[in-house]
Amino acid sequence: MNKTALYNLHKKFNAKFVSFAGYEMPIQYKDGIIAEHNLTREKSGIFDVSHMGQLFILGDDKLTDKLQNIFPTDLKNLSINQSKYSFLMNENAGIHDDLIITKISNGYMIILNAACKEKDFKIIKSKLGVDFKISLSKDLSLIAVQGPESKNLIEKIIPGVNKLKFMFGGDFKFNSNNIYVTRSGYTGEDGFEISINNNDVVQFVETLISLGSNLIGLGARDTLRLEAGLCLYGNDIDENTSPLEANLKWAISKNRINSNFPGAKKIQRQINEGVTKLRVGIKPEGKIIARESTKIFDENNNQIGKITSGSFGPSVKSPIAMGYVNNTYTKENTKIFLEIRGKKVSASVCKLPFYKKNYYKGDINVGS
Amino acid sequence: MSEVKFSKEHEWVTINDDVATIGITKHATELLGDIVFAELPEKGTSVTKDGTAGVVESTKAASDVYTPISGEVVDTNQSIVDDPSKINNDPEGDAWFFKLKVKDLNEINSLMSREEYEKFAKESTN
Repeated sequence: MNKTALYNLHKKFNAKFVSFAGYEMPIQYKDGIIAEHNLTREKSGIFDVSHMGQLFILGDDKLTDKLQNIFPTDLKNLSINQSKYSFLMNENAGIHDDLIITKISNGYMIILNAACKEKDFKIIKSKLGVDFKISLSKDLSLIAVQGPESKNLIEKIIPGVNKLKFMFGGDFKFNSNNIYVTRSGYTGEDGFEISINNNDVVQFVETLISLGSNLIGLGARDTLRLEAGLCLYGNDIDENTSPLEANLKWAISKNRINSNFPGAKKIQRQINEGVTKLRVGIKPEGKIIARESTKIFDENNNQIGKITSGSFGPSVKSPIAMGYVNNTYTKENTKIFLEIRGKKVSASVCKLPFYKKNYYKGDINVGS
Repeated sequence: MSEVKFSKEHEWVTINDDVATIGITKHATELLGDIVFAELPEKGTSVTKDGTAGVVESTKAASDVYTPISGEVVDTNQSIVDDPSKINNDPEGDAWFFKLKVKDLNEINSLMSREEYEKFAKESTN
């Protein structure tokens, strides 16, 4: 089992560990998931996401051309230090992984899901050929600092970071070593992700804690992202769902739709002809919780879909879920039924996110 | 009121005349984490020792609640359905789950004392 550089610090803060993607990761600390969720929404939370892959590919304009054949994202018009949400897809537009691509001065940095990183590395490497240096970092940790107070806390350690706009990054220093910070996250809150050397990460996190931030486990990370309507790879998206079915069309650059990337033909067809299933938000009636794999029915008892993520939303104070339904049931307020422990429970289709985001867009609109 | 007894499924039970009060242990709530949903058996139904008699859900997962003793459900604690966080706050007190008219008082002999349960809980966690 792999451990991150922060393992002993998690232990010191009474973490309960779970095994996740081959890593022993903190699911929660002593105050529990709801308290940690609320701390992130109201103050500031620190997440160790060092299990995620940090892929670096070095090269110039030739690399950009090559990567555009792999990802459906307009990388040519990406400025240095700008990030985009994107996908690694198969020829059928199924999603191998969802990821964040950031253009850096000498190439690209791509953040990959922990469970997918080795597979992604092989796919990308084989598509790139031998002309470009590609490496999955083993020396770097990745820390997310999220929530409304984070910008002021982190500014004390890394002066200048609070000028970053959402989905932009930059080079900074900690302990006179280089770190890379982006304004991004997975909670629906304003926040930052910091790529930092394993040797410096403990001191960095301890400093943040001493300033008033709090360690948050994967349990609250899941309720936060679900309230924000964000997909969990393996649950809400996988190799059998396309970005269009996942309602993530916005992440495919408009000027790339008719170009050549894996799955492009399927994407074009789905744009023209529509999709047969679509990811929607779902609110069960009452307090009952619909977990992943819960079957969804219409009023005539026909199965019309399946829940892919479901839990209790501590900020919205009710059960929430996401899932796929047949395309005629996607309208807001459509009444549906969930089969939970043998009983049919009524629910309704609703808009995503459940909880409104608070991203810092700066003085100008950076678009999406 | 009898001495409190415990099951291997982490329920507690006390008996007053022929009525048993049943809930889940503090140890169980610590394993579960924040409880956000509780479902109780209906009044008038019969439940059988070690059979399911309810559900609790934390933010993480759903778990069955078993009855440590057989009988007919005569009362349920609606307040924990309305506010499941009560179960975390006072699991072995105000947050009882249901009351049974006991079928066979001898069933309680197979349950553990507090001391035995605490030893069992510690060993099963490690």
